[in-house]
Amino acid sequence: MTSARPPYEVFEHTADAGIIARGGTMAELFANAATGMFALMADLDRIEEREEREIEVEARDREGLMVNWLTELLYYLDAQELLFRRFEVADIDGDWLRARAFGETIDRARHVLHAGVKGVTRHLLEIAPEDGGYRARILFDI
Amino acid sequence: MPKPWKSILQKLDGQRWLLPQDYKPGMRVPGLIYASEEMLGIIGEDQAIEQVANVAFLPGIVKYSMAMPDIHWGYGFPIGGVAAMRLDDGVVSPGGVGFDINCGTRVIRTDLTEEEVRPVLREIVNQVFRDVPSGIGGSGQVRVSGRQIDDVLVRGAQWAVAQGYGWPEDVEAIEGRGALAGADPDKVSRRAKERGGPQLGTLGSGNHFLEVQVVEAVFQPEAAAAMGISGPGQVLVFVHCGSRGLGHQTCQDFLDRMEEASGRYGIELPDKQLACAPVRSAEGQDYLGAMTAAANFAFCNRQLITHWTRLAFQRVLGRDARADLGMFVVYDVAHNIAKIERHRVDGHEMELCVHRKGATRAFPPGHPDVPARYQKTGQPVLVPGDMGRYSYICVGTEQAMAETWGSSCHGAGRVQSRHAAKRMLKGVDIAQRLLDRGIYVRAQDRSLLAEEASEAYKDVAMVIDVLDEAGIAKKVCRMRPIGVVKG
Repeated sequence: MTSARPPYEVFEHTADAGIIARGGTMAELFANAATGMFALMADLDRIEEREEREIEVEARDREGLMVNWLTELLYYLDAQELLFRRFEVADIDGDWLRARAFGETIDRARHVLHAGVKGVTRHLLEIAPEDGGYRARILFDI
Repeated sequence: MPKPWKSILQKLDGQRWLLPQDYKPGMRVPGLIYASEEMLGIIGEDQAIEQVANVAFLPGIVKYSMAMPDIHWGYGFPIGGVAAMRLDDGVVSPGGVGFDINCGTRVIRTDLTEEEVRPVLREIVNQVFRDVPSGIGGSGQVRVSGRQIDDVLVRGAQWAVAQGYGWPEDVEAIEGRGALAGADPDKVSRRAKERGGPQLGTLGSGNHFLEVQVVEAVFQPEAAAAMGISGPGQVLVFVHCGSRGLGHQTCQDFLDRMEEASGRYGIELPDKQLACAPVRSAEGQDYLGAMTAAANFAFCNRQLITHWTRLAFQRVLGRDARADLGMFVVYDVAHNIAKIERHRVDGHEMELCVHRKGATRAFPPGHPDVPARYQKTGQPVLVPGDMGRYSYICVGTEQAMAETWGSSCHGAGRVQSRHAAKRMLKGVDIAQRLLDRGIYVRAQDRSLLAEEASEAYKDVAMVIDVLDEAGIAKKVCRMRPIGVVKG
């Protein structure tokens, strides 16, 4: 990382919640954004890496790719009850990515869960260069 | 810095504020905001009014971009926004409905009094908490296979009743009889069905809840009587939830498609989240078919929750939910939806696509879409407050029909962000604080309780008073919670 800033932080919005994610590379930025989204929903340190999923996503542009990537992860959460804690973005270009996500099935006795993310909005969505790396602002519907 | 809204807006009367069309180049109509002077200060602190202006950009919008007094900053449309578009040259926007398609409310009456429920309140709340899953993920007790889910999407609450989850008369007390026409299951993606399938019969998280409430004031005894509400002390059940992952994914799928379509149709948007397509276009029609299907899923969801709630009461009290407890549905209404409805515009009746984003339908007495037993009173409007204060039931009016396309508010409206609320209430045991006031809470996530505490919301009484004074919705009764189930 070129920046000493945290990989993700929460930003305020009256009804919902968003994150500012940062990464030295585009791959790191997308991985950190995913970690940030799951951190809103659960305490990550309680999640173990027992399952992994290979994920491939495409979109029309980089912003759309971010939305589709995070939405794909929400699909696994709803359809397979999978909570992820770590992400490796192996390949990424402007409109396509391939990644692996690591986590496990929800265990209500062990996991600490918060409010769920319903959707990834395009309101305020921004991906921009910053300090030699990248920064993304993403607002979720909670 | 908040804008000086009080000097930008024109005060029309004590409840109405006009946002002039020349506020922002590109607005096709002015904005109209319902609020008291006091509330306007709170509303003006974030970007909600700016969003009212942005919605006024949408093609085919009629008369005003409107906002109810519970308006707050959303992601495109303001939450609490109402906008109607002509069918010939207007658009439909998934952002004008939101991710949680047919997020809505339902009230179930009982013959029970607070005195009877108090001794077993914990047992009832615990039983509901077990039988109606809440929180992230959460699988319901009903499993639908591939084909069956399409039945749910077409028949909504009627599907549930046919399967034995409810009583035949339940559907009479649901907007659109719990199965809106025009649903097209083929337009709902496989992914959306896979996300929502396991979640049928679950509450979800965030601001969703199931509350055991007690009537504390009746303002219109006759209207209350039509709802089976006789007076203070009576116990009701109030449910707030939506279409779960199925609706969320449907919105997401169409936002993507509409973003591309907006460009193709040459629609200029001040915010990408307002992506839209002409109502009569393929994209518009496909969205309406999918959105309606998701809405029916939500009606089915609330119907299943009603079923498990009745069984929970029955089990704890050892009395029959129907014969002994009289647990009939008062009403069920959506507050995130777009519908094709007939309205009068400048003396002519015409069809419009009405978007209600955090706004409740509020049809008047005598309207053909209002159930027979509410023909004299007007359609019940169910308005939740926050879990520490109170909720209201109102009825729709002719005034609403004439001014707001038959729409009213949907809640209190947030004033504090989730994180600000958590920060402010750090170290406060919200569950204990509520218990000290006689409110027993069960939640999957205790930190969520701070995010949903009274301090995070406007006082819903202020919201209701504005609409009551404006004649948009007349208040019938107020209830306070005694038992709460949260995500």
